[in-house]
Amino acid sequence: MGGPNLRERIEHRFGGRVRDGGLPHGMQTFLVDPDLVVELCQFFKDDPELRFDFLSDICGVDHYPEEDRLEVVYHLYSIAFKWRVRIKCRSGDPPKVPSVVGVWRTANWHERETYDMYGIVFEGHPDLRRIYMWDEFEGYPMRKDFPLRGYKDAYNPFGEERTAAAPSDTGGER
Amino acid sequence: MTDVTVLNKKEEFGRSTQEVLLNLGPQHPSTHGVLRLILEMEGEIVTRVDPFIGYLHRGTEKLAENFTYTQIFPLTDRLDYLCPPSNNLAFALAVEKLLGIEAPERAQYIRVLTVELARISGHLLIVGALPMDLGAMTTLLYTMREREMVMDLMEMICGARMHTSYCRVGGVREDLPEGFTERVSEFCRILPKRFADYERLIARNRIFLSRTKGVGVISAEDAIDLGLSGPNLRASGVDWDMRRDNPYEIYDRLDFNVIVRENGDCYDRWICRIDEMRESVRIIEQCVDAMPGGRFMIDMPTVAFPVDKNVLRCSMETHIQHFELSAFGFKVPAGEVYVSIEAPKGELGFYIISDGSEKPCRMKVRAPSFVNLQALLGRATNMNYLADVIAMLGSLDPVIAEVDK
Repeated sequence: MGGPNLRERIEHRFGGRVRDGGLPHGMQTFLVDPDLVVELCQFFKDDPELRFDFLSDICGVDHYPEEDRLEVVYHLYSIAFKWRVRIKCRSGDPPKVPSVVGVWRTANWHERETYDMYGIVFEGHPDLRRIYMWDEFEGYPMRKDFPLRGYKDAYNPFGEERTAAAPSDTGGER
Repeated sequence: MTDVTVLNKKEEFGRSTQEVLLNLGPQHPSTHGVLRLILEMEGEIVTRVDPFIGYLHRGTEKLAENFTYTQIFPLTDRLDYLCPPSNNLAFALAVEKLLGIEAPERAQYIRVLTVELARISGHLLIVGALPMDLGAMTTLLYTMREREMVMDLMEMICGARMHTSYCRVGGVREDLPEGFTERVSEFCRILPKRFADYERLIARNRIFLSRTKGVGVISAEDAIDLGLSGPNLRASGVDWDMRRDNPYEIYDRLDFNVIVRENGDCYDRWICRIDEMRESVRIIEQCVDAMPGGRFMIDMPTVAFPVDKNVLRCSMETHIQHFELSAFGFKVPAGEVYVSIEAPKGELGFYIISDGSEKPCRMKVRAPSFVNLQALLGRATNMNYLADVIAMLGSLDPVIAEVDK
């Protein structure tokens, strides 16, 4: 899918700024820094030889306990050519990635979900607020250091005790 | 109950208009579950829709990180509970790709058969529920009668009617029972006549037509931009079906048509589903005819549960194998994979990152209903009246359990 042609095209257009992430299980992967995400996505969408017009999915990944642990993964699909491609973007600390809502409208809820679950802030998102959890909820439940049963409070007597510096609460606040 | 809040009164050109914020749901029969819509109204005209979701959030993805791969199957059942076999299949395909294995041919045929039964079950519900939302109760009672036949077939296969968990990594849980072929053939004979009944009953009903034709139109460009998939996208004229374009299992050997409509309104989304069910019946018939013999589970003791109960009774090694798989699960090589299938609602994708252990490091579900529901957001379509919102919501066919994951 895509294959070497796709790699050459990206290499030609972006040079070394977009790194090749190999072909894990047949899907071409690119690694990119946050500041290039929007430009790369726009290129993927508009380029007449690629035409990745369909954004399948955006999701967050937590590589705890590595440095710059949070990553955003985009899966694109080309309805015309039936190709798929994956873009991975490691966000810094505090985790911030530019929003691609301007490229695909469907990114809206995907980004809200990723923000809700991982606390990655999508800059330029028109309406970035929690989507699954309630507004008063503290912490980001999908992070690896968030306990499975949540933190103990009045509604959750079986949760874990909150320690003084629960790492989930730091960073990513708007 | 719905309650109404008057936001402010505006004096314009001597006429007073009121902007009203209307809360629809989360407990409302036409929201198909616990979905809450905040509607900004100007009189009867809806100016903005803001869906609030998450009332059914169960943390499927977080739970999956703490479960072994076999334990995750029941979790996937509960995503789109109208058609669990397709959720099971998508997950099984993803894990099989990580393991580098493929289910035996017979298992693939059985899986496709159950998935198409599930597609019929899911589509039957919405084909009846959309007219019911618009005031025509009768159709739902008829479609439920046919859905009962699908349920009976599923019960015959695996004992469960709803949450089947029938797929396994490397195959299916057990073989098709005796007498199933006759039952499913009879079902395939009866069903197309019933589709004709639905169409006679409702497809040319004037009230139904005026409520759905030309209402909630989504253009092809908008549909792609919004990430719609499945029948919702094909009703807008985009010819994309993963069963044909990126075939998985044995779909490339089957002969079926992809149903594409042009207008992208509520009526097209509804009729598209009836026509898709006709194709599903054809697929099931082909599967039954071409069903090969052989194993229904891969012969790989590190992954597959022992299938022969007689051997299990007398062989200590098989017993240990069963115990180890149940208690500890199996290790999956490190790697990442995104596998998507054409579920009844659209593109159902599983993105799994494995770190080489028995549990996934990350499992992301690309739920089609979650994305499809975004078509309600803002002013994506030509919905005008409050009544159109109900038709639009019904025709998008969201399953809230899948939206909320």
